[in-house]
Amino acid sequence: MSKFKKKSNASQDIPTAALPDIIFMLLFFFMVTTVLRETEIKVKQDIPRAEQLVKLEKKKLVTYLYVGEPKEEQFGTESLIQANDAFIGIDGIVQWVNQEKDGLPEAERDQITISLKVDKETKMGIIVDIQTELRNANARKIMYATPQKTDEDN
Amino acid sequence: MNAGSMADIAFLLLIFFLVTTQIATNKGLTLLLPPKQEDDEPIEVKQQQRNIFKIQVNSLDRLLVEDEPLDDVSKIGDMVYDFIINFGNPGDVKRGSEKVSDRETFESLPPTMKNYIRNSLSSKESSDGPGTAIVSLKADRGSSYEIFIDILDQLNAAYNRVYGERVGLTAEEFRKLNRNDPRDLDLYDRARSGIPKAISIAEPTKVGG
Repeated sequence: MSKFKKKSNASQDIPTAALPDIIFMLLFFFMVTTVLRETEIKVKQDIPRAEQLVKLEKKKLVTYLYVGEPKEEQFGTESLIQANDAFIGIDGIVQWVNQEKDGLPEAERDQITISLKVDKETKMGIIVDIQTELRNANARKIMYATPQKTDEDN
Repeated sequence: MNAGSMADIAFLLLIFFLVTTQIATNKGLTLLLPPKQEDDEPIEVKQQQRNIFKIQVNSLDRLLVEDEPLDDVSKIGDMVYDFIINFGNPGDVKRGSEKVSDRETFESLPPTMKNYIRNSLSSKESSDGPGTAIVSLKADRGSSYEIFIDILDQLNAAYNRVYGERVGLTAEEFRKLNRNDPRDLDLYDRARSGIPKAISIAEPTKVGG
C-alpha cells in the first residue's frame, strides 16, 4: 500500500448549474440594448471616414437624413434624400424638420440636431442645398455622421 | 426537470442578438450653420483678406488653398493651425459673448505656444488674431462629399489642436472631454474662450469646372 494514498475523493467537476443563468443575463442585456432598425435605408451608404469625431450627448434630439444614390435602379442614379421611410425632395425638408420638431418637448426644439449620413459618391451640390434648407427651417445644428478612421486606412 | 439544454437554447438566442445588434453610433463632425439669411438685409461683411483662409475645391476635387494649388489634403491642418494662432496684429476690441480681446487670448496661452508664435508666426500677411480669423471652405457643386469630409476633418483637427494645446492636452484628449463633467467643462470653456471655431461653408458657384 502506498503511503501517499489519495485521501480526497471530492468531485473534480466544475459545477455548471449556474451557466444558464449567466447566459440568460447576457442574453437579457443584449435584448434590452438592441435597437431593431426602424427604417429601411433605400440609398447607398458608404460613408467616408474621419478622425476628429465628436460624440453627441443628447440622443433624443438627433434625427437622421440619408443621402445617396438609390439602391433600386427604378429611382435612377441621381442622389436622393431619404427621411424616415420615404424619399423627400429639397423643398420638403423644411416641412419635415418642422414635423420632427413637433415631436420634441417645446423647450428643446431649437436644439434639434440633424445627422447627415451621406454616401461618399454624393456631389456637394445637394449637400449645400440641404444646408440652405436647414438654415431656412432654423435647424442649425448639423452633424456629418462618419465612422472613426482606423490606422489601417492610412 | 432536465435543464441541461437550457444553456444551449440561451446560447443560441444570445448569439442571434450578438450578431444582429448594432450599437448606434452617434459620432461625427459637428457644424453650426449660420442663422437664416433675410432677403431684405444685405450682408456686407467687410473682412480683411488676410483674416480669411480660403479653401476652394473644384468639380475635379482639386484644391486651391490661399490661391495656391495643393495636392495633399493632410497639409491643410498645419496651415490652418498656423493661420488661427498667427496673432499678426492682436487688437484690444472685445468680441463674442465672453468679451475677450485677442490680446487677452494671447496672454492666456502657455509659454511654449507664445514662443512659437513670436518666433515663427506673427506675420502681417496672415490673420490679425483668432477673434477675427475665418476659415472659408468653398466647394463646387460637382465636387465629392468625400473630399469635403477630408477637409472638414483637417479643419477640426487644427482647431482641436489649438484648443488642446492651450490647456495642456493633446487634440485627442480635448476631443474626448466629457462636457457633462464640471471639471471637463471648465477646461473646455477655457480652451475655447476667445477662439471661436469659425468655419464657413460658402455658397458654391453653379458654374465653373
